[in-house]
Amino acid sequence: MVIAAPRTTPQAPITDITALRADFPGLRQQIHGWPLAYLDSAASSQVPQAVLDAFVAQQAMNHANIHRGVHELSERATRAYENARVKVQKFLNAAEPEEIIFTRGTTESINLVAASLGGAVLRPGDEVLISWMEHHSNIVPWQLICARTGARLVPTPITNSGELDVDAFDRLLNERTKIVALAHVSNALGTVNPVKELAAKAHAAGALVLIDGAQAVAHRRVDVRDIDCDFYAFSGHKMYAPTGIGALYARRRVLETLPPYQGGGEMILSVTFEETTYNALPHKFEAGTPNITGAVALGAAIDYLSRVDSGAIARHEADLLSYATARLAEIEGTRVIGTARHKGGVVSFVLEGIHAHDVGTILNQHGVAVRTGHHCAMPVMQRFNVPATARASFGVYTNRVDIDQLIHGLHKAREIFA
Amino acid sequence: MNELRELYREVILDHNREPRNFGELAEADHVVEGVNPLCGDKMTLYVKLRGGIIEDVRFKGSGCAISVASSSLMTERVKGRPIAATLDLVAEVHEMLTGRADEPGENMEKLAALAGVREFPSRVKCASLAWHALKAALTGADKRVSTE
Repeated sequence: MVIAAPRTTPQAPITDITALRADFPGLRQQIHGWPLAYLDSAASSQVPQAVLDAFVAQQAMNHANIHRGVHELSERATRAYENARVKVQKFLNAAEPEEIIFTRGTTESINLVAASLGGAVLRPGDEVLISWMEHHSNIVPWQLICARTGARLVPTPITNSGELDVDAFDRLLNERTKIVALAHVSNALGTVNPVKELAAKAHAAGALVLIDGAQAVAHRRVDVRDIDCDFYAFSGHKMYAPTGIGALYARRRVLETLPPYQGGGEMILSVTFEETTYNALPHKFEAGTPNITGAVALGAAIDYLSRVDSGAIARHEADLLSYATARLAEIEGTRVIGTARHKGGVVSFVLEGIHAHDVGTILNQHGVAVRTGHHCAMPVMQRFNVPATARASFGVYTNRVDIDQLIHGLHKAREIFA
Repeated sequence: MNELRELYREVILDHNREPRNFGELAEADHVVEGVNPLCGDKMTLYVKLRGGIIEDVRFKGSGCAISVASSSLMTERVKGRPIAATLDLVAEVHEMLTGRADEPGENMEKLAALAGVREFPSRVKCASLAWHALKAALTGADKRVSTE
């Protein structure tokens, strides 16, 4: 019998990205007789076996509530959950784990900040500065709090290539701007925003800064102290973890001033009918029993990503982006929406004479999964005067064969609509 | 590919390329806006009634081939028809699109081409949007209908 030695020595970072595809059981299936070409990672990325294993192990053996019971399972669950928090902290290079709040995802993270911070600081006439390329998750929570407080939501325009208009940003930023909330990477256009530079300008104007990192964390190294933002929101399911878990980074000195978001268990120290004393950070912002298993799985996804050289991921996605962009140009009447100089692994496009929804159905019949529609970014669709686009987006497992299959499907769409 | 040909039959492609009764109707007495928030389909239906008859019907908007063809085929079919019979037709079309009926009945005529959506659950709403709007127009219900 051969017993494998325990892997105690740190492994060298993985630079051969192509080997990672085998880690994803979800990709080993056929759709309508075709191998699955999964090009919808910007919506939800597939989950590697290591994350699935961590999920099952936690749920099977450590299922208990946290920070309560004195029994073994509760202690294990608490350790696993808090350990996941430390993983998120290190992943984002936050200063301390107390600055990490587990949420259901980016949307809940932004809602927390909008309700808690917005409710505390916004006064009539104040402004919240966003951009035209935001996901609805980074528009609607601000609209809601602006309506409640009498503040004004101001969108920064974007250029024809889908870049944030920095000159306009400079003009719109003023002493009434209390909060600046921007996407790190646009989900509909792929544009990478210069968030560090924009955060510095916002701070100079006296505003606090939230970055929506939903499309960034799986694709580039994120350092919240380097960006110097006050809040950074992201979701697990776009970075190889399950749905229903995400996190919010919040700078301690800002977080300490904020009122709680939701009330309930976990977030309190003592309750009488007259008064409640809130728990310490970060528990004050985690009312109710959290998604413990999800957090542990998110931690496992961070471990998975941390094994891979982040430069290799970036090069892999840049290669796919240029390959996909070049091959799309082969198809008559294709227009790529979003041609920023600095783009992530997202290519949004329209086919003249064929609605994106029809493109999506035809591609699906050829085993290709893309997102079609407005991508929860209706202002972007208005800006480019299209009702909808088809969007192909990449993950670590994506390869050129997936893109070839996409191109084949698009040729078929052209044939059907000839 | 066969299922796709079944969905995108020639009559669907034809009505998508050249939608009939397309445009505004200035003298309409019922105007209903239909939206399919899932895919961004948007259509406005204009209906002019006289003596229990749909005297004229037009539509405008943007959408996928299925939603445009369904709107176009619908206007062609119901123009000049009595309201009561048209409401029965709306119910029959709904049955056909959602697969509750077996093969489309003969009275479906050209509308039978829309039956292909039954194999594509995410596309049923595209085909039914126009019919929801028509029902709202004829029953004087909401001025805005949504498939969601």
